[in-house]
Amino acid sequence: MVQQQAEILRPETLISEFKKNGVTHVVTIPDSETNYLYELMVKSDWLDVVPVSREGEAPSTALGLNVAGQTPVCLIQNTGMMEAGDSIRGMALDAGFPLLMVVGYRGWTRRGATPDTVARYTEPFLHALGIEYFLVETDNDSARISEAFELARSTKRPVVVLIGDEYHGFNR
Amino acid sequence: MIDATDVFKAFQPHRGDAIVTTSGTVGSHWANVSTKPNRDLRLGSSMGQTVSAAFGVALGLPEEQMVLFDSEGALLMNLGALASIAGKAPKNFYHFLLDNEMYATTGGQPVPNAANIDYAGLAKSVGYASTHHFTDLEELVTSIGEIMKEEGPVFISIKINPEVQNLPMALRERSGGRSRIETIRNFQKEFGIASV
Repeated sequence: MVQQQAEILRPETLISEFKKNGVTHVVTIPDSETNYLYELMVKSDWLDVVPVSREGEAPSTALGLNVAGQTPVCLIQNTGMMEAGDSIRGMALDAGFPLLMVVGYRGWTRRGATPDTVARYTEPFLHALGIEYFLVETDNDSARISEAFELARSTKRPVVVLIGDEYHGFNR
Repeated sequence: MIDATDVFKAFQPHRGDAIVTTSGTVGSHWANVSTKPNRDLRLGSSMGQTVSAAFGVALGLPEEQMVLFDSEGALLMNLGALASIAGKAPKNFYHFLLDNEMYATTGGQPVPNAANIDYAGLAKSVGYASTHHFTDLEELVTSIGEIMKEEGPVFISIKINPEVQNLPMALRERSGGRSRIETIRNFQKEFGIASV
């Protein structure tokens, strides 16, 4: 049991990575898997949580924050990422700013096969847009989050961190 | 109905140092009226998303007045943004809506339920701090100075005359002017913001 608890990505780890990388705002739509993370973010006085109504608003709101000299992150789920396609194109890929998008990988399994079509299309969607991405499953992968931040900064492009297990360890 | 250029001329004396951005076809007229181009931003590139980008600027620079001249076709594509803005309630956000009841840039087809939507009523119901609606230029001219002193988010709906474009995109005269990234770099220099 102790071993099992160690093999998740703790929300605290993600927030620690945000702080380490100077994040000022998280533009987000909470999803069913991330309520504890949301509560932690709201309690973090150095972080401004910006709830939006639909995922397409996230890259554009983040662009405005970037223009204003802030360091935003988008926190959404893969379903909403697909809805946000035109916004990702015009307000992130074409904008020339670094942007980390943390995307809950709904339907992901280590076995590969999944009945959830959103999981089947998630990585092909990112490939189609030419967006680099990192898979993060547990705390042991947390260095990949800083790596993703660095890639976004150096390329001035959006980079995605796919959260493979959405903080609870149920999907494996 | 009011001409969009007259809206911009009415606003200009009350601009102060406000940041200004626009969406929609008629928004390009602002560049001919503005006297502070380094505080003007082009933010749009995705359908209906200029409002959210302007919201982000308002949050990022809370000490500056942020003015958006939006269009109803664009807002209808991102109507949830009204709730997002009202939720964070940026006191520095002034959201003008230039409503010509149509997609002028695609030939003048009406937007859904074009003449019957009460946009100021929508903004009020989602929680904007203050809302206004104008169909008469004189009323707008006499009110706009006081509106710019109000605490935001403020919503100002204005019925405007359409300027329909029918030519295929490839045959249209380019408006010229600065690119989005040029306006952003000039803006960041004006505000002493390091480009990332």
